[in-house]
Amino acid sequence: MINETRPEQFENHSPATRFLNRIHLDSLLLAGLLILSLLSLLILYSTSGQHIDTLLRQTTRIAIAFSAMLFIAQIHPNQIKRYAVSLYLIGIALLLAVLFFGDIGKGAQRWLDLGLFRFQPSEMIKITTPIAIAWYFSEHSIPPRWKEFFVAALLVAIPTLLIAKQPDLGTAILIASSGAAVFFFAGISWRIIFSSGSALVALMPVLWHFMHDYQRARVLTFLNPESDPLGKGYHIIQSKIAIGSGGLYGKGWLASTQAKLDFLPERSTDFIFAVFAEEFGLWGCLCLLFLYLLITLRSLYIAVEAQDTFSRLLAGSLSFTFFVYVFVNIGMVIGILPVVGVPLPLISYGGTSMVTLLIGFGILMSIHTHKSLLPH
Amino acid sequence: MPQHFALQNIYSENRLFLSRIVVIFSLIILLLTALVARLIYLQISGHEYYSTQANNNRIKIATLPPTRGIIYDRYGKILAENIPAYSLELTPELTPDIDETLTRLKHLLNLTEERVNQFKHQLPRHRSFDSIPLLMKMDDSTVARFAVVQHEYPGVDIHARLIRHYPYGSIGAHLVGYVGRINKNELKTLSAKDYKGTHTLGKTGIEKTYESELHGLPGHAEIETNAQLRPIKTIKSEAPIAGKDLHLSVDIELQRIASHAFQNHSGAVVAIEIATGDILTMLSHPSFDPNPFSSGISTTAYNALQNSDQNPLFDRALRGQYPPGSTIKPFIGLAGLQFGLTQINTPLFCPGYYQLPNVNHRYRDWKTWGHGLVTLNDAIVQSCDVYFYDLARTLGIDRIHQFLGQFGFGQKTGIDLIGEKSGTLPSRVWKRQHKKLPWYPGETLITGIGQGFMQTTPLQLAVATATLANQGTLVRPHLLKQDTPFNNNSANPTTDLNPAYIRDIINSMINVVHTPKGTAYKLSKNIAFKIAGKTGTAQVFTVKQKEKYDAKKLSSKLLDHALFIAFAPAKSPKIAIAVIVENGGHGGTTAAPIAKKIIIDYLNKNAVL
Repeated sequence: MINETRPEQFENHSPATRFLNRIHLDSLLLAGLLILSLLSLLILYSTSGQHIDTLLRQTTRIAIAFSAMLFIAQIHPNQIKRYAVSLYLIGIALLLAVLFFGDIGKGAQRWLDLGLFRFQPSEMIKITTPIAIAWYFSEHSIPPRWKEFFVAALLVAIPTLLIAKQPDLGTAILIASSGAAVFFFAGISWRIIFSSGSALVALMPVLWHFMHDYQRARVLTFLNPESDPLGKGYHIIQSKIAIGSGGLYGKGWLASTQAKLDFLPERSTDFIFAVFAEEFGLWGCLCLLFLYLLITLRSLYIAVEAQDTFSRLLAGSLSFTFFVYVFVNIGMVIGILPVVGVPLPLISYGGTSMVTLLIGFGILMSIHTHKSLLPH
Repeated sequence: MPQHFALQNIYSENRLFLSRIVVIFSLIILLLTALVARLIYLQISGHEYYSTQANNNRIKIATLPPTRGIIYDRYGKILAENIPAYSLELTPELTPDIDETLTRLKHLLNLTEERVNQFKHQLPRHRSFDSIPLLMKMDDSTVARFAVVQHEYPGVDIHARLIRHYPYGSIGAHLVGYVGRINKNELKTLSAKDYKGTHTLGKTGIEKTYESELHGLPGHAEIETNAQLRPIKTIKSEAPIAGKDLHLSVDIELQRIASHAFQNHSGAVVAIEIATGDILTMLSHPSFDPNPFSSGISTTAYNALQNSDQNPLFDRALRGQYPPGSTIKPFIGLAGLQFGLTQINTPLFCPGYYQLPNVNHRYRDWKTWGHGLVTLNDAIVQSCDVYFYDLARTLGIDRIHQFLGQFGFGQKTGIDLIGEKSGTLPSRVWKRQHKKLPWYPGETLITGIGQGFMQTTPLQLAVATATLANQGTLVRPHLLKQDTPFNNNSANPTTDLNPAYIRDIINSMINVVHTPKGTAYKLSKNIAFKIAGKTGTAQVFTVKQKEKYDAKKLSSKLLDHALFIAFAPAKSPKIAIAVIVENGGHGGTTAAPIAKKIIIDYLNKNAVL
């Protein structure tokens, strides 16, 4: 095994690409992510009421997140794999710390005050969980059998349940799906998929029983938003109005009435897609979805190209989770999924999820650019 | 990485992974298709619907209520105006719990239970986004008390509104009328479009009669609002059209003089400018303050007015029907002259009573011992009943009915005021219709002295007097000042009355005031001009055959009504007047002085003297 790492050598690539490869960045992914970040600034300028301060703050966050990505990309996947268990355990420990000492914000206990900054361990878990599962499967024979399945399922269930308890349903869903993605890419048999799936469905009533009232309300509102137009259904109704009134070409940049006149709540954060749809119309939405698709496909390509099981599983999971992010957010904004509080990747205002997402892309880039010359 | 696995293993693992990538890829495409399908549904199929919704969200139509027309008197004094007042208003749509809010407001502002209940009754009549007044007029301390805690009352706001104000208060109350809250029945007939944003309308008097002129038309503004319903900008607006200002013929100062002259009596006075038909004064006394009505009068206050013995809400001038009593005599006398049945100097012996042939019943004269030998002139001056019993008998009811009709008795005058009564001018036909009985000869006699079935309103009496002063050409009274003087000759049919007979009657009426035997002789003191007048006394209580009318024995409620009609200056009459003082006793004592004050003031002001 040749452990020495070096950038890919593609002689026919441009100097810029070669330079990016040397610093372990993927040019296509980087381009996509930068376009998204610019789009984010564009829409935030509109939703904030043309507030320059908001843009500066978001720009700072983008810069921090991209730096984090650049930093992570330098770390060899083997190093990540080596610390998989420790990272996982630290994550769980921090989650427990939140449970006991965490700050309460907006009715949920998610934050850990570290003096210098506030930290959301659940964000870290989004990365450490797929790393741990990928490590576990790569250490065992593939495809996993019932025994591996149960151990890995436990590894996913612990953080998922701890986060659902905070309560943060959106993140719990993302973590569960990132774990499930590893299972799936590891080649878990369809039999296990279907039987565990049916077990989950059977568990639904139990889950319902343990849900918080506001979570139940969200699910109920999702089923019939018009039942409470001024209360719980207000978000969905107003966001549908925003999207629908955008039409094919949209009302134009800065011309959203729903957002500008305060009808649309959470317009800079979770519901930013509604403003995008109102201002840029169906064409704009299709372009945005296409951009997300490109980024997902590039990530999946990186997974396919990955050289070892760990990298491959991790890359697959990160790609899929990214897409789930997009799907859950847009799905809830356009009213086909319950409102679960997931931001639109790289577009929504806010730094935490952006840093986590870009760390994920940093790992993907690291996987793609740290390739050993294996005998084929 | 484990060193021992076989290439075969790597190969199958790769294949498995690739197949899973394909599945995931298909899943992603499937989910994306779902998103796109939903977006197409919302943005293409639902575009129109959601666009409308978005506009409904942001555009609110605000009604700009028109300013009600101002009512002026003859000299430009303001009788009704609009003054700004703070009102407390509640918008149901923005109020989370209306009952709870009302309960808290009730404690905070000491609202009466009744006001709160009234408000609750009004609620269903309004749309939920209308701002409905709870208090129409807030004093400064109430405004202050509410303003500090306003944030605790979502949907409740202080508004500046214009409310109707009547500077002269009770002086012109019946005439000008008042505005009040629109009630359920009125709401059914009103045009919802024209009355959007208006909470009151004219309920009585000029305010009601000229409602459509005074009201004006509302304007509209399309206002872009944000989610908190705060207006952002006006998109389109159409200014309201203010109501027309009205200039009345009434002289409010004259009205005030009349009002003071009544003191504690109840009654009415109507004064008409003969040449134009302008109503100069039209007062019903006692009156009431119309101002509380415009800000929403309380039931307690309203009931107090309603149940008062003196009945202040009742417009006696327009709707009160009284027997004309002896004030009818000049008209009966004129009829006698016109039909050639008597001359102004034809004598008749008055023994103090009159009897029909073969009937024992004695029709008494007010002077028990009789007037002795009297001419028609004497009979008017001294108000001899017997002379008119005889004249009425010879005239017969048919001719009386026909003749008095020319002066407007028994018909509405057509004044521009809603609710006028027509009085009663009896006839055989009338009696058969209303009493199902034939006409008896004795009834003709008492009609001759203005008693019995005959009833007139003070307005009718004033019109008849003006018509007499106008040489028999009917005067048409009106309250709205017209720019061009009323042209009597072209607008009214000419009469076939002999001017010489009219002169005779007018001379007798002058004698009523200016000769010592006249029943209103006291009036002649200190005046530089001649007044033609006639006193009257209308029976409220019928004295039995053998009894005597004794004022001291009767309660004030049953005392005779005092009447007086007059016009002046007698030789070229300008103003005609009719006064009724309820339970005032004799016309010359209580009613005539009121007329004199008005006549003097009017003539002074118009520089006729």
